[in-house]
Amino acid sequence: MFDYYLGLALRSLRRNKVLTALMIVTLGLGIGASITTLTVLRLLSGDPLPQKSARLFYAQVDPYTKDGYEAGKTKPQRLIAYTDAMNLLHAHQADRQVALALTDARIAPLRSGEHPFFSDGVMTTADFFTMFDAPFQYGGGWSAADDESRAQVVVISDFLNDKLFGGASSVGRIIRVNDHDLRIIGVLKKWAPQPRFYAQELGGRSYGDGDAVFLPLQTARAANMDPTNDDCWAVADITKLETAPCIWLGFWVELSSDAEVAAYTQFLSNYAQQQIALGRFYRPEVALSDLMQWLRNEKVVPDDVRLQAGLAFGFLLICVVNTVGLLLAKCLRRSQEIGVRRALGAMRREIFAQFMVEAGMVGLAGGLLGLVFAEFGLWCIRHQPAEYAGLAHLDVHMFLLTFLVALVSSLVAGLLPAWRASQLAPGSQLKAA
Amino acid sequence: MQIQPVLAALRRHRLATILIAMEIALACAVLCNACFLIASRIQMTHVDSGVDESFLATIKLTGYDEAKASDLNARVTSGLREIPGMQSVSVINEVPFGETAGNAGITLDSAGQKFAGVVDFYVAGPGNFEALGLQLISGRAPRADDFQPMKAFLPSSANVIVSRSLAEHLWPDTDPLGKEFWCGDFHFRVTGVVAHLARPSAGEGGPGTIEWSVFTPAQPGANLSGVYLLRADPAQLPRVLRDARAAIAKLAPDAVVEQQASQTIGDLRQVYFRQDRIMAGMLLGVIVALLLVTALGIVGLASFWVQQRRRQIGIRRAIGATRGDILRYFQTENFLIVTSGIALGMLLAYALNLLLMTQYELPRLPLYYLPAGALILWGLGQLAVLGPALRAAAVPPVVATWSG
Repeated sequence: MFDYYLGLALRSLRRNKVLTALMIVTLGLGIGASITTLTVLRLLSGDPLPQKSARLFYAQVDPYTKDGYEAGKTKPQRLIAYTDAMNLLHAHQADRQVALALTDARIAPLRSGEHPFFSDGVMTTADFFTMFDAPFQYGGGWSAADDESRAQVVVISDFLNDKLFGGASSVGRIIRVNDHDLRIIGVLKKWAPQPRFYAQELGGRSYGDGDAVFLPLQTARAANMDPTNDDCWAVADITKLETAPCIWLGFWVELSSDAEVAAYTQFLSNYAQQQIALGRFYRPEVALSDLMQWLRNEKVVPDDVRLQAGLAFGFLLICVVNTVGLLLAKCLRRSQEIGVRRALGAMRREIFAQFMVEAGMVGLAGGLLGLVFAEFGLWCIRHQPAEYAGLAHLDVHMFLLTFLVALVSSLVAGLLPAWRASQLAPGSQLKAA
Repeated sequence: MQIQPVLAALRRHRLATILIAMEIALACAVLCNACFLIASRIQMTHVDSGVDESFLATIKLTGYDEAKASDLNARVTSGLREIPGMQSVSVINEVPFGETAGNAGITLDSAGQKFAGVVDFYVAGPGNFEALGLQLISGRAPRADDFQPMKAFLPSSANVIVSRSLAEHLWPDTDPLGKEFWCGDFHFRVTGVVAHLARPSAGEGGPGTIEWSVFTPAQPGANLSGVYLLRADPAQLPRVLRDARAAIAKLAPDAVVEQQASQTIGDLRQVYFRQDRIMAGMLLGVIVALLLVTALGIVGLASFWVQQRRRQIGIRRAIGATRGDILRYFQTENFLIVTSGIALGMLLAYALNLLLMTQYELPRLPLYYLPAGALILWGLGQLAVLGPALRAAAVPPVVATWSG
């Protein structure tokens, strides 16, 4: 029966080429626009560490003063001060904990005659690599003892290793960062989680390449490396950030159960109360957000991208309404044919099915065309100057989703015309003919 | 033209009529809001920086030893002045559309109680006021003794020049000359007002704060080094900047030129607003596609109607209707449908704007967008229906005599 409907639909579509082409192009445009923007939106709002994000939490305590503070309304600051980072780190209340800040690392050339260059760096603590599942190509990370002893070590990225050492193992070699000789103890494999969740609010970009060098926090500070972002709540000497009234570090913890999360939240609250008692803090608010919640809180997806997706779906809606109109016109034009089929014994639901098959075929063709439009749209986005531009590709999921969207929208569009067609009384149409 | 028969006919095609009206309504809602978004984006890119953009370029150096900053300033400024065509080289902390360096909160009292907003401090060595081409509207330009030594990121006490916009914000309806303000322990006194001076990151803190800038004269030194303002004739500027970047390698081999920050101000402006221009372009694309699809939908349905009514048209023609009557019939029909669509569409446009306001901090849709959108859609409807209506007008009266 389905074959028969397919045949009928094909013949009907071919009979009215202009109208058919109009429907397919309209649907294709709407689907192309929606899939393009949806691909970008999905890319930007994706989970950077799907295997682990539920166990990673961003901790906030607030050392700011009573200025501008409203109890219960003011959210805690996004960064924390060095003193608090060290206190939380040394408390060891979570499975793992990491404090970090971003920095510009000035790397001296290995050969004379070349210019020094700046690379993105992360100043952090020992657990960074295990906690964020950063994979090593050669060597490994440093230990908590190295953190405390300000060991002159560094972990470098695959791309920096390629650039400086042609990809060979550079473990044990020395590079000069901010005029300090550091020994390479590890080389990462390609590692660039998207979004760059750990860089959020630290002054780095939210998407794009990974960082080039990873140094122990205290080692980097001893080499006069400054954080990319800092905020001070009083006039401060920013050359002495460890003691200045400034916040400049992000703090992450790994917790493996709900009970641990509750316990750690309690620990943070107690910590804030204890600091208030000591006179260091004024504000008792603390926060502990899991990774995806933190990204949502900080609105990591640009407003423009969400707006574009909204617009595209508005456009798809208009395209669907348009297709409804055109399908309706087509099916009403065939009243006589329907009358004949009905008179020859076709049931209402058979007429309905026939028109739905026809709508579905328009949908599939629209989906194919939409795919072409989407590839074109993504090509345009890849040539935009956005930091996520290079990542915009259609994957298998979106490929399948394209056809799903196409089929669903065409079937929704076909419902009304098909129902109308099935409601036609056979007699009146035959008489007119 | 009588409307009654048109309405009677439409009542028989309720479903198709409603569909077209709905499409028009949706198109109206999206059209008005998209146009509004484009207009606000474009307006944003037209901010007046207040400086002679086409004459100016900047060089930013990093990675040098802070202790030798004064020496670096001297080497770079005297060296770059040698470049043919260079009109001036001066030391500054930031430039319009470049990276922000001097954002700070200020108060109107020394005790720090009367908070007056976050403003931007242009900290500038001698020569910058003239090089920027700032337009003084009251008070005086900085004098030689106004350039005080730096203490941390600002001079501890300075005579400053503010933009008119900031003066009006801080001291509405009073003469700003001689007024004082504070930033922590730093103290400032206003000695001049300029017409415009946009902060580097225009739009920070809301569109109203774009020009909250303070021009602070200061002596170049350890805390004021590394960023240089170059002035040259617009025709020579690209070449002068190229020469300057090349000269730095010899003048300051110990420093790294920040490539992206070392541009002409015109290029920095281009980059700064690139995202806004792309977004405006994309919105324009959506509008065009939207109008096209809507028009195609009208053409499709109108063609169908014309074909369906060939006999009726023939009969009308046979009993005396002119081609013009038939043409006007379809035009009136389209006008009525589009009008009802627009009526609904205006409500939708307003609702969509409310939604956007909650989601994206947009202002309210100005009312004149609604009639403008209506005019476009009326025009579009008439244009789309013209083809099918002309085909209807061409139906000969003899069709009336054909059977079926």
